[in-house]
Amino acid sequence: MQVQSYFSSLDNLDGELATLNLGPTHPATHGIFQNVLKMDGEKIHSAEPTIGYIHRAFEKLAEHRPYNQVTPITDRLNYCSSPINNMGWHMTVEKLIGCELPKRAQYMRVIVMELARIADHLVCNAVIGVDTGALTGFTYMFQERERIYEMFEEVCGSRLTTNIGRIGGMERDFTPVFHAKLKDFLKTFPARFEEFNDLLERNRIFMDRCIGAGPIAGARALEYGFTGPNLRAAGVDYDVRVMTPYSSYEDFDFIIPVGTQGDTYDRFMVRQEEIRQSLRIIHQAYDNLPAGDYHADVPEFYLPDKPDVYTKMEALIYHFKVVMGETPVPVGEVYHAVEGGNGELGFYLVSDGGRQPFRLHFRRPCFIYYQAYPEMIKGSMLSDAILTMSSMNVIAGELDA
Amino acid sequence: MQLDNATLHAAIERRFPGAILDHGEPYGMLTLETTREHLPEMLRFVKEDPEIQANFLTSLCGMHYPEQKGKELGLVYHLHSFVHNLRFRIKAFFPIDDPHAPSMTALWPTANWMERQEYDFFGIIFDGHPDLRRILNVDDLDVFPMRKEYKLEDGTRTDKDDRFFGRDGHEGRSFD
Repeated sequence: MQVQSYFSSLDNLDGELATLNLGPTHPATHGIFQNVLKMDGEKIHSAEPTIGYIHRAFEKLAEHRPYNQVTPITDRLNYCSSPINNMGWHMTVEKLIGCELPKRAQYMRVIVMELARIADHLVCNAVIGVDTGALTGFTYMFQERERIYEMFEEVCGSRLTTNIGRIGGMERDFTPVFHAKLKDFLKTFPARFEEFNDLLERNRIFMDRCIGAGPIAGARALEYGFTGPNLRAAGVDYDVRVMTPYSSYEDFDFIIPVGTQGDTYDRFMVRQEEIRQSLRIIHQAYDNLPAGDYHADVPEFYLPDKPDVYTKMEALIYHFKVVMGETPVPVGEVYHAVEGGNGELGFYLVSDGGRQPFRLHFRRPCFIYYQAYPEMIKGSMLSDAILTMSSMNVIAGELDA
Repeated sequence: MQLDNATLHAAIERRFPGAILDHGEPYGMLTLETTREHLPEMLRFVKEDPEIQANFLTSLCGMHYPEQKGKELGLVYHLHSFVHNLRFRIKAFFPIDDPHAPSMTALWPTANWMERQEYDFFGIIFDGHPDLRRILNVDDLDVFPMRKEYKLEDGTRTDKDDRFFGRDGHEGRSFD
């Protein structure tokens, strides 16, 4: 409200309005998007975002790829937490074909997804620190993110764009090295994370920069379609993992942290607490990891073991059918949502029985909430706008699809 | 009152008699088809009705069915009532020669970019939108690329046509 009155009359302007191009490539935006700002001195009078600089036509591409080849496209949505996107897509297809996963596969997915969430939140919060002038925590937390990526590498062979898991389960069981790395991570990460937390949480400079920067009210955030940590920072406790549990999230005990002001500090604090809650979930899932198979028995969709392909006729046939997309899929439409690093990541899949989706629509949380950005930074200082953007965790890949 | 698919369907049917052209529950989600003329009032009703309170617009996406004559283009609204934790979708179809649909930006500010995206992809013109222009593609693009007539890459490639794999009914749905 204060912001509104500041510009209610042009008499408040100090001088002429200056036009400032923030982006498309600017080190402070952590991605490629442009904001044309009208500046009154150092205050932002209005902002006009332009997006689409890395638009890669994912929805069109998905209509021309068999189901298993759509997974690498989802990697490149929010590339800070690719495994969640991958799993969300697998679960969408599994819902369509009516495939129920063994408990072990579901728990393995939960562990991988929560590791991805930790990595995603670590980057975001570390970068908030950088934008307030605190580089040290960033270097600490990137070492931790590196350890998470090493674990992904053990599971699927890649680090950033993971293509992790398969339709029908996981591609392989956790390796002994993964078990060792995860145990070590669970043991040593909390202390290092709390050290990072202590560097910032009650730091006077950090608090002065973050508190009150880029606030949004809960009701307004809902109107703008906010989800994820940004919505929870505004005080609305909506979390897909709790509202519509998938992959056995109902088995785990965790809380949904919420903020009150919806400002940068609350977003930071919500993400910090979510990292702790993710650790709790990983502990519960890992300690109770059920015995059993790591994939469902769906040979029409899940690739057979390679040695079998070379020696068994049936396996060879299934291999061919999976690779060539020769398995009939049901006709129908399905919506599935997962709690991504930035909120509700939804997949609306329409199948006409063909080998590729007839239509695949991604509900991309970044794209939806970024449109509130001009409203959130209006009347604030340029430096606060930068901070607001990094605390919203706008990921260009997810924004532009 | 706990809202479920049946009571929600009945409530909308009661408020808009005859406006629901088709209904179903694919994979448990209530799906209603209406006309674009009924769309604004129906969406306002489900958002503001105290029994339903579907105040969260999850997503909005365009559709293109070239074979459906007179109903080639469509819109699918995914709505979510947090109070009842109930998701449902409302669809409306209209001819491609008259690609107009009402804008929902007054009801949900979040519809602004969603509608711009579907305009960009399908050429659906949202009447009443405050700033309808392309959002992801370049401004001077002269096609609406998500329409089915636009091939992804080389449209002349035929080596991976579905017909060669013992399946019919999906001609033209090749890998491209």
